[in-house]
Amino acid sequence: MYQHTILGKVYRFDSLRELLAKASPHRTGDVLAGLSAGSYEERVAAQITLADVLLTDFLNEAVIPYEEDEVTRLIIDTHDAEAFKLISSLTVGGLRDWLLLDETDTLILKSIENALTPEMAAAVSKIMRNQDLIAVAKKCEVVTKFRNTIGLKGHFATRLQPNHPTDDPRGIAASLIEGLLYGSGDACIGINPATDSPAAVLKIVMLIDQLREQFEIPTQSCVLSHITTTLELVNKGAPIDLCFQSIAGTQKANASFGISLSLLDEAYQATLSLNRGTMGNNVMYFETGQGSCLSANAHYGVDQQTCEARAYAVAKKFKPLLVNSVVGFIGPEYLYDGKQITRAALEDHFCGKLLGLPMGVDICYTNHAEADQDDMDNLLTLLGVAGCNFIMGIPGSDDIMLNYQSTSFHDALYLRKVLGLKPAPEFEAWLLRQGIMDENGNPAKGGPEALLNKTNSLWLK
Amino acid sequence: MAKIIKHKPSPGEPLSFLKEFTQARIAIGATGTSIPTTQSLAFKLAHAHARDAVYSVMDTELLADELMQFNLPVLHLHSQAISREQYLQRPDLGRLLDELSVNRLADQIENKGIVLILADGLSATAINQNAVELLKLLIPKLIAAKVKLAPLCLVVQGRVAIGDGIAAELGASLSVILIGERPGLSAADSMGAYLTYAPKPGLRDDSRNCISNIRPEGLPVTVAADKLFYLIQEALSRKISGVALKDNEGLLSDK
Repeated sequence: MYQHTILGKVYRFDSLRELLAKASPHRTGDVLAGLSAGSYEERVAAQITLADVLLTDFLNEAVIPYEEDEVTRLIIDTHDAEAFKLISSLTVGGLRDWLLLDETDTLILKSIENALTPEMAAAVSKIMRNQDLIAVAKKCEVVTKFRNTIGLKGHFATRLQPNHPTDDPRGIAASLIEGLLYGSGDACIGINPATDSPAAVLKIVMLIDQLREQFEIPTQSCVLSHITTTLELVNKGAPIDLCFQSIAGTQKANASFGISLSLLDEAYQATLSLNRGTMGNNVMYFETGQGSCLSANAHYGVDQQTCEARAYAVAKKFKPLLVNSVVGFIGPEYLYDGKQITRAALEDHFCGKLLGLPMGVDICYTNHAEADQDDMDNLLTLLGVAGCNFIMGIPGSDDIMLNYQSTSFHDALYLRKVLGLKPAPEFEAWLLRQGIMDENGNPAKGGPEALLNKTNSLWLK
Repeated sequence: MAKIIKHKPSPGEPLSFLKEFTQARIAIGATGTSIPTTQSLAFKLAHAHARDAVYSVMDTELLADELMQFNLPVLHLHSQAISREQYLQRPDLGRLLDELSVNRLADQIENKGIVLILADGLSATAINQNAVELLKLLIPKLIAAKVKLAPLCLVVQGRVAIGDGIAAELGASLSVILIGERPGLSAADSMGAYLTYAPKPGLRDDSRNCISNIRPEGLPVTVAADKLFYLIQEALSRKISGVALKDNEGLLSDK
């Protein structure tokens, strides 16, 4: 039982779960779930109350019962009590102040990755302004490797996303080639298949793999099929670089995706065994997004941002190369407008980084959300400043397969230019070697022609 | 084995030869590293069309006039979402009928036939432009097949599942709801058709069959009407809809 009195009015919160929900900055999904604060005052009362809660309380009160949920069990069982000693006396408010201290640097933040639970990260984010979320995230550095190195400070990568509504190989290849010539694709070349069958997915896998080998591109491929499809292909020895899956923060929501921790582990081990990475062996690619637990009717009265942070515990178990919050895809009933999408993206990036994940963000919106390219430009710039590991690269921002708008090849070049960021080092060397980019990161004159001249035709299976 | 053969690159845009393989916005050029003015404004225009479609209003008077040709009663209904803003934030309200609508339906004589429903969904434009054209093809087929029809229903601020409540009130055995789909940048006038056998409140989407992208440049109404008619007959004879019905080979497999 938590409470706070403001001007004679007593605000009571029966549980940590309720307190977290009421302290959450306004978003439509929490209203839809009937969890959000009833007034501006109640929200701030909850935030003031939350600021005084000890971090140790989070270890004693699970928001979803340990017995009922394997994600809770994962969180509690993997908590690092030794590392926690450094911050064990702090309240949530004290944690915020401590995170913002100049002395709390990259190394110290690294040392508490396993000391914080997702709920602690979510809690502190709720009393932080956007500025705080950016300032702390920028101090974190999460580096992962497969055929290149992603997440180094001063670098910023893109997932090249050349989707096509019917998986037409030439259509995919056309967008893929264009993207490469814009310097996109160091995080991965990742395609959402229109048809999730092993045969259809294998065709796309082979297509990217062939292209990657033909041009000796230091990157990794991924077809974002269901994990059971990927697992089947891995077991048949298909050239799978990264294993993809959408994940959520409760066991029940994951079940609605057709997954469990044991299935994820099976696929992780199988993909690892292919041993295809040259620089490192981070082989998983996860996507998340606020609202997925509510959408699956599996949120247990936990607000959507806390549920999202819990998904990061799931991701972390499998040492992913990439974790992508697909923030604006879910629609206005969860995140209504540019303001809510921006806030959610900064929270997700912050919480993920704090917990030690290689966070990227699909900076995106659908046509029924109150958002447009200007909102995406703002968010893109904020995330660039915050040190986001990667974003999407899509022809002209327009994904013609998933029917939503994300970031374009051009957007990534804009961000690299205004913030002085570089691609993943191995990929940058490749871009220079191929004459696609110059030393300043600008598209080289005649680059595309030069590359296309190296081959008579682009063979595609 | 598919193959892309290079053509002579056109000056300034060496990748323009790739354009024939995809509708994606490739080979749009760059000014500095940014998208050129013409392309930037073309994108804005496409988004504007999508936004206008989301906020478009169902022309219920005109639709009611046009529906008179079918000699069926037409019922005007409304969901519990009172505005488009609320509709977008509270999908639950868009699935429920308001009190007036419930009363209007309660006044109807119970009908064991199939109910055809038109709802604005996320693009009233799609309904204004495509719904009557589809019904002109579908209703004669149903009448010829001696299928009993309930009153036609027009629903404002409706979501797919609102059809379940309507059908239950009317005692209908099957519902078909024509509804505006979420507009994309390439099309703001796509209509979807959802078929549900034995509709009742609380059903999930896996108990429905869907035909989507119905519009002149997508799935033409002629094809959509054939598919729907086939599905309706199958659903009525097998007494199912949804995933189980979809498993059956038939017209659907050519989609």
